[in-house]
Amino acid sequence: MAVIRDVMPAFDLLQPTSAADAHKLLQQHGEQAWIMAGGLDSLDWLKDRIKKPKVLIDLSGVDELKGIRTSGDGIEIGAMTTLTEIANSPVINTRYSVLSEAVSVVASPQIRNQGTLGGNVSQDTRCWYYRGGWPCYRAGGNTCYADTPVGRNREHAIFGANRCVAVHPSDSVPALIALGAKFVLLTPKGQKVVDAEDYFVGPEIDITNMTVLQPGELLTAIRIPSTWAGARFYFEKIRDRNVWDFPLMNVASAMFVSGGVIDRIRLAVSAVAPRPMRLKHVERAVTGKPAEASTGEMAGRMAVEGAIPLQFNAYKIPLMRNLVKRAIAGVQESSWT
Amino acid sequence: MADNRTPADPRPKPSQRVYGKGHQLIGKDYQTADMLAKVTGRAKYAEDFRAEGMLFCRLVLSPTPHARIRRIHTGAAMAVPGVKAILTADDIPVPADSRDDNGNVVKASKWRERALTNEPMYVGDPILAVAALDELACAEAIEKIEIDFEPLPWVLDPLETLRPGGQNPREDGNAWVSPAAPNPPSPQLREVKWTEADFAEYNSGRLPMGNVPDQWSYGNLDEGFKNAALILDETFVTPDTSHQCLEPRTAMAYWQNGKLFLHTGTQSTGQTLSLIAQLMNMPQEDVVFISEYTGGGFGGKVRAGVTMIIPALLSKKLGVPVMMRISREEEHFIGRARTGVVGRLKVGFAADGRILALDMFTVSNSGSYDAQFDGLWAAKFVSLLYQPRAMRQRAISVMTNTLPRMPQTSPGGLVCSALMEPILSKAARRLRIDQLSIRRVNCPEGKAEFGPLVKGRRGHATSCFLREALDRGADQFRWNERTERAKRSGTKVRGLGVALAGHDGGDTGYDGLLVITPQGRVRFQSGIANLGTESVFDVFRAAAEKLGVPWEICDITWGDTSKHLPYSCLSVGSRTMNAMSRASWAVAEECALRLKEIAAKTHGGDPAEYQVANQRVFRKGGGAGLSFAEAGKRAIELGGIYDGHEANPYVNPQTRLAVAGLTGQGLVVSAKDKYPCDGDWFSYFACFAEVEVDIETGKYFIIDYQAYGDVGTVMHPAALGGQILGRSTLGMGHAIGQKMVYDAHYGVPVAKRFYQNKPLSILDIPNDMQWDALDIPDPETPVGARGVGEPPVGGGLAAILTALTDAIGAEVFSRAPVNADTILASLEAGRPMQHPLMAFI
Repeated sequence: MAVIRDVMPAFDLLQPTSAADAHKLLQQHGEQAWIMAGGLDSLDWLKDRIKKPKVLIDLSGVDELKGIRTSGDGIEIGAMTTLTEIANSPVINTRYSVLSEAVSVVASPQIRNQGTLGGNVSQDTRCWYYRGGWPCYRAGGNTCYADTPVGRNREHAIFGANRCVAVHPSDSVPALIALGAKFVLLTPKGQKVVDAEDYFVGPEIDITNMTVLQPGELLTAIRIPSTWAGARFYFEKIRDRNVWDFPLMNVASAMFVSGGVIDRIRLAVSAVAPRPMRLKHVERAVTGKPAEASTGEMAGRMAVEGAIPLQFNAYKIPLMRNLVKRAIAGVQESSWT
Repeated sequence: MADNRTPADPRPKPSQRVYGKGHQLIGKDYQTADMLAKVTGRAKYAEDFRAEGMLFCRLVLSPTPHARIRRIHTGAAMAVPGVKAILTADDIPVPADSRDDNGNVVKASKWRERALTNEPMYVGDPILAVAALDELACAEAIEKIEIDFEPLPWVLDPLETLRPGGQNPREDGNAWVSPAAPNPPSPQLREVKWTEADFAEYNSGRLPMGNVPDQWSYGNLDEGFKNAALILDETFVTPDTSHQCLEPRTAMAYWQNGKLFLHTGTQSTGQTLSLIAQLMNMPQEDVVFISEYTGGGFGGKVRAGVTMIIPALLSKKLGVPVMMRISREEEHFIGRARTGVVGRLKVGFAADGRILALDMFTVSNSGSYDAQFDGLWAAKFVSLLYQPRAMRQRAISVMTNTLPRMPQTSPGGLVCSALMEPILSKAARRLRIDQLSIRRVNCPEGKAEFGPLVKGRRGHATSCFLREALDRGADQFRWNERTERAKRSGTKVRGLGVALAGHDGGDTGYDGLLVITPQGRVRFQSGIANLGTESVFDVFRAAAEKLGVPWEICDITWGDTSKHLPYSCLSVGSRTMNAMSRASWAVAEECALRLKEIAAKTHGGDPAEYQVANQRVFRKGGGAGLSFAEAGKRAIELGGIYDGHEANPYVNPQTRLAVAGLTGQGLVVSAKDKYPCDGDWFSYFACFAEVEVDIETGKYFIIDYQAYGDVGTVMHPAALGGQILGRSTLGMGHAIGQKMVYDAHYGVPVAKRFYQNKPLSILDIPNDMQWDALDIPDPETPVGARGVGEPPVGGGLAAILTALTDAIGAEVFSRAPVNADTILASLEAGRPMQHPLMAFI
């Protein structure tokens, strides 16, 4: 079969106006349905004719999935809330600024205007073999083209590889993990709430999906408790270009420090593994220690233990070590000499 | 990135600079004829045209790097509703031979790229096209086509094919060889293999140096190295990069009354006409080419592209218009790419930095079709820009099964700066001399010589004031002040870079054509394409200045060959401003002569007794005369040479046809540029950059940039500034990330989309980059202007490279682009960690 890209296949476009209707349609069409939020990941797949759903369920008309609300002791962000709205939100800027920092460096302003938080966390990997339509493990095949002696794997994983070495590309997820966010899912059995880090699955569990979301299920909101509001936050994204680029790596932390000592901390990185990584062992190790360079250096060294680089991505080891160090001790500042 | 150590920028803003002293139009900004259409979206590019009954067609591209097609099964595809036709390589006409400007027949090369092929030479090579009522039907039909491929050997890496026993990209060879003069035909493909001994240094990162077909030398190399205080032997890899024009090479075609009407983007309107005729193997008179707007070329659309005839052939087959839209991914494949070069330079320096001897060896990756000689061309620029006392260059151009290459802005020139500037910086540090001094001491000046001895003499430049540009640029950039400033804060390290750059900037022998209408307006006929440089209009400012007419009474016809456009230069190598301002000046002089003749025929006396001014031709000292409107009417009455019944005897046949088409519209004047010239035109730049590197992440930012040019007379400051900074930006993209990545096992490119191959973004460059130019007229052209677009590319790239070496040392990288991963891994290891010679990583 000859291949052509950039012509979207025909499908039935369904545009529900309520979450209930959307959920009903998802259950009705099951695996033949494709959920579209902002469309920035979906339209790539569709235009490339690699994914050919029979039904496209466009959530852009579901207003109840949009907006930022107070919820309990924290906030709830509708899954269809745009990244721009989150970046500009006073409450997020004031209390959860690590998230506004993270979403502010997603892609480009235009993409942030269209892209949603639900879409950002649920997006697929950008491994160029997989996105190029190669029949790899993740695409249902039986090989990984990036993990060969000559495979081009500069952007790929140093942790968590299991046949597939693709990485999760989201910028918002490490911040959400650091904030202890909960993801609210609408399932055929009712509402389900999962911890942010548990929303994602590695290839050892499900090699063709990056999240736990199953056909017929819908991510409706993300809740951020007040637990980490006003904490000392750190976020940094390293990318090739200063705009419109996926991360080579990113890191986020939320930390309470008293008397110069770390009381509590949550720490996460992305683009180093097939799923975003919360570094619990590092969190435990630094709790109770001074929030200073030596602790950061220790944390950085600990964070990269067990990393297995591929041919072209060994740089991710010092990068992760240094970013984790910064997430705890900050960027070294000094006068110009 | 705010830098509170930086005082207020004293550099003059563009609005503060004054060019074109003594001129009314030259050197002044103005509103070009296309500006409103561009900013309001009314400009129509090829994809914007529609015609009644128009069909669409889409391409099938090769999924394999080299194969022979045994059979194509199209039955199921033709059964898809709406599908009208399938075009294959068997439907493509055999290209006609062409003629050069001297009338000599140029045989079509047997290795030449065709619009469709039965032997795809690279992943992405077009195999067939499907025409249907809409693109969805095309796509559904394409997915029902089965192609039976016979796999053939392939190779991606130019060094791998040179190894003993290395695969050839084609059965008949792997290297391009230019036959010996006289009258050499186009390059021939031959097999060249090196020995294992030649590859002995490969693993140590030094470019192997085997036998090569192209070499030249001058001076005593051995003596130069013997007397050198410092000898450096450096290998560097310059990037292969796709042209990435914003407008893909979409084309639309239809036929009316036996004539082909074809729309597509091009860099050279007039010259594309002849290529269409050649590819279609039909008379040029039966082709109308329309291209009013082109969304970027950069060398990739010199004469549009071979695929443009696909909709023309389908339209002929089906009797209806056909539109072939090209997607971004398809443009990546068929949109041309820059030749990557691996270069090795051994350079001997005197204690003061003077280059005594330079031995240069390059391997150029020509890709899958036409021969490209960026490495060879680079040698010419090295010999010019750095004036080595003795030099040898050896070069080989290798074919591979990768994207077809075509010159991209400053072919050779970019390679020259990328190879040489980091070496100069390193030498300056080793010799403990200032970075400006080492460049100043090697700087060309005046009618500087370049290249090898040919018939006992070397070529020379028409003029060169690069040293002045270097000094003034350094002043504006506050180079000395910056070198005194602190370099390090925490994990941030700053570095300063400077680079010289140069490229060809002119040509001669083309035609000008204008009409003075009975309404008294001056209409210039422009065969130049509108590809964004504004030269399509700018060159006629020279003619208007010469005639002394206000710009408001001038009109310009461009972009449609049915409107009778003259023979114009290929808009390549930044020659247009020089070549066509010469032609423009020539036609203005010819026009003044004809006006005086008309006046003399009308009012008596000798033409020499008349003068042209104030939109009139009149007797010197006052008296009888004619307005331009009256002269236009009178020309029609006189006929002959005045109204286009006869053309200037020296003009090209294409211009004669255009003159004939304009006959009777007024005073029709044609002329050929025959102004004498002895040297070769080059433009020059000194470029400066400051970068800030985070040594914990490898990430760096370009925090300031300045380019200062010696480009001859400044014609249109706004356009000049756009060219300088735009092309500098292109070069910076080569430094910071734009690249081509192939899977080496399958021969397939994996970085096909913008987010993967990463052309530079607006936020990657400083927001207040500065430019300036000397505005010294070139002595060997009447207007004094030279081309400008090419050299800032090499300058932009090399200024970043040298700034990086200043910040983090010279041993961190040996290829461009330089990404965070390279910097971080090398700093971590304390030695270069990126494979120095592996292709397409």
